[in-house]
Amino acid sequence: MESLYILVPLSVVLVLGIGWVFWRALESGQFDDLERPAHDVLMDDDRPV
Amino acid sequence: MLGAQRELCCAGCEAVARTIVAAGFQRYYETRLAPQPGSDLAPPARDLPPAGIYDDAVAQRQFVAAPTEHEREAALILDRIRCAACLWLSEQYLRRVPGVLRVDINYATHRAQVAWDPRRVRLSGILEAIRAIGYDAYPYDPRRQDELERRDRRRALWRLFVAGFGAMQVMMYAFPAYIDDGAGTLTRDAEQLMRWASLVLTAPVMLFSCGPFFSAAWQDLKQGRISLDTPIALGLAAGFAASAWATLAGAGEVYFDSIAMLVFLLLGARYVEMAARQRAARELDHLRRWMPALAWRLRDQGDAASAERLAAHLLAPGDHVLVPAGERVPADGVVMSGASSCDESLLTGESRPVAKRAGAELTGGAVNLEQPLVMRVARAGADTRAAAIARLVERAAAGRPRLVESADRVARALTWLVLAAAALAFLWWLHVAPDRAPWVAVAVLVATCPCALALAAPVVLTRANARLLAGGVALTRSRAVEVLERTTDVVLDKTGTLTTGRFAIAHFVPLASLGADRCFALARAIEASSRHPIARAFRGEGPLPSVSALRNCPGHGVEAIVDGRRVRIGGERFCRELAGEPLPARFAPRPALYTPVFLVDERGWLAAFLLEDQLRADAPELVDALAAHGLRVHLCSGDDPAVVEAVARRLGIDSFVGGATPQDKFAFVAGLQREGRVVAMIGDGLNDAPVLAGADVSVALASGADAAQVQADLVLLGDSLGGISDGFAVARGAMRVIRQNLGWAILYNAVALPAAASGWIGPWEAAVGMAASSLAVVLNALRPLGVTAGRAGVAAPALAAA
Repeated sequence: MESLYILVPLSVVLVLGIGWVFWRALESGQFDDLERPAHDVLMDDDRPV
Repeated sequence: MLGAQRELCCAGCEAVARTIVAAGFQRYYETRLAPQPGSDLAPPARDLPPAGIYDDAVAQRQFVAAPTEHEREAALILDRIRCAACLWLSEQYLRRVPGVLRVDINYATHRAQVAWDPRRVRLSGILEAIRAIGYDAYPYDPRRQDELERRDRRRALWRLFVAGFGAMQVMMYAFPAYIDDGAGTLTRDAEQLMRWASLVLTAPVMLFSCGPFFSAAWQDLKQGRISLDTPIALGLAAGFAASAWATLAGAGEVYFDSIAMLVFLLLGARYVEMAARQRAARELDHLRRWMPALAWRLRDQGDAASAERLAAHLLAPGDHVLVPAGERVPADGVVMSGASSCDESLLTGESRPVAKRAGAELTGGAVNLEQPLVMRVARAGADTRAAAIARLVERAAAGRPRLVESADRVARALTWLVLAAAALAFLWWLHVAPDRAPWVAVAVLVATCPCALALAAPVVLTRANARLLAGGVALTRSRAVEVLERTTDVVLDKTGTLTTGRFAIAHFVPLASLGADRCFALARAIEASSRHPIARAFRGEGPLPSVSALRNCPGHGVEAIVDGRRVRIGGERFCRELAGEPLPARFAPRPALYTPVFLVDERGWLAAFLLEDQLRADAPELVDALAAHGLRVHLCSGDDPAVVEAVARRLGIDSFVGGATPQDKFAFVAGLQREGRVVAMIGDGLNDAPVLAGADVSVALASGADAAQVQADLVLLGDSLGGISDGFAVARGAMRVIRQNLGWAILYNAVALPAAASGWIGPWEAAVGMAASSLAVVLNALRPLGVTAGRAGVAAPALAAA
């Protein structure tokens, strides 16, 4: 049971970390166009990098 | 192409196909979802202003950015896009245009960001490249709308995510408390730890995710009103405060899990709703361009060569302006010289072109179809008729009585009741057992938290919205669902709504011995090069005789020499001049149902074609479906009364009005409303816009004028009318589910309120009850809405029986 005192705060930190990662993804525009990736699979991916 | 011989409808399509294949993009044909309808593929050149005007420095200032000296960037709206393959093709094709540095197309919004090197290519070259493959693009200023929308979307998604992840994690912390058997398995310290963790994760959900609820509730409070957000905000705040207090004090109940889950569900519904609304708004954006941005002003009034470009809103009354063929008229005014015809369908709904010669009035926004015109400006900018109509629409929209959602009304009444009950329970228990008083008050607030009520309407409305959007109908105002259900009368417009606005040959009357095939071939050959809407009726397949000395007489017809014979096609007077004899008596005069077009040669009359504005194929179905819904159908049109009557008879509509001005239509709708009827107006065209705004609920067709759409409650995005009756069925289904939900929520509250107030159930049981009632409401809302699939007409009887 003592492990809870480590694991529960850890899970809180983890959630905050995940939240930060999601925020970064959001701000970089990954969620601006949710339709394109679905179509990109079907089309030849010959976009110049 | 693709290893097989392909038939193409016309030379235009062939050119497009050749360009696509030559560039190595055959894949487009493999991946596209829908073939482009032939008639639409060849771009009607008259709609496209020459791309060159966009090279103008004045015009570019609005929408072109220059990040570096040799780089220009602009945002383009892509038009005529049918599916993702079109976007792929445009993007790939643009990348190969020399000088284009970057292309990035957003598949969801049909917007492209293009960067180019001005030394190697001009913006007009890029636009022309897009036109070469059959699409259209025009620049727009992205800073205004887009940036705002994107921020909103990101913010909403972020709020939703915080609430969702918080809810999941908090539920995990709450789980041990739920399964605790009270035998000491869950120690006091461990429970306290869980509570603190829950508090830490629920805090951002409350402070950040719930922002919209609190700010809306605060706004209402400042104005002394109460809305749907008030009870939500109050319940959330009270629940959180009590839980936080219980955590800090180490005694009492916590309901962090219920709060976080509730927020997540509410925000989820709001996000889907917002996405649907933004998407619908974007669809409409494509059509928002009926006044041209630029005009050609003549420095020297008589000399067309002295034309200079300037922004249309800078025109002043008295200026002389050149309107090239195919361009839009930039202001209201009078024709000074030239003869042409104008398509004013956007402004008047009249589908036939209007002949314009010196002295004729020109209306801004009309398209000059045939020859260049020189006009003198009478009114420009905000004074034009088009701008005035737009203002009228705005005023009509603003003056419309705001119908409050039934859920909001109930919630408002209930909120007062809940507040009063909580206060009374608090005072009562303060008297009886002071230590229990705060918890009873919180139990009352939580148990009767109108969250079931709050979820009852939005989830259903969002589903109705998504369901309608899938069927090609965009709902621009949620409350329209409520009104649609109460609708008793439907007023239909004719031109462009029940009819396509495109002419078709209804009857062929031979006036000489010449065969029908030959007559059609002659007519097609002469009309082949004409841009006139009537000419479209003559499009067809087969070999054409050779045509020479083609002469276009605007407003009259076309003359040409075909196989050595002089032939004319057009109006009666124009043709009589060549035929040299009066119209044969065999051609019995017909009622003004059709537009007659005659074919003559030097020896006499050959044939008459009776043209008709074609009825949409699904128009009878629509009228039948509306009648099956128990709605009274009216036809109200500005067209010739005889034509309107004929259309009404054919569709089985008993109530019809022809020759109606917009004011007449408005009066007609207002008259019905005075009788206590709830009127839905289905229309198309800018002249319908005031009527659309005046009706209780309005439906507009996306192919019509933009102003009408911006104001309409429902917008038909596709070309099929089936979505309209679908809309009624979905609205009724949605309202039925909302009523069930409201009934359930009220029943639950009616039971929970006394139970909580009497102290019989504690906050914990109250929270479970609240969660259960919310879940029941959400599950009910997720059931199919009246119409599951297919045609609404089929589902209508079943719905009526239900």
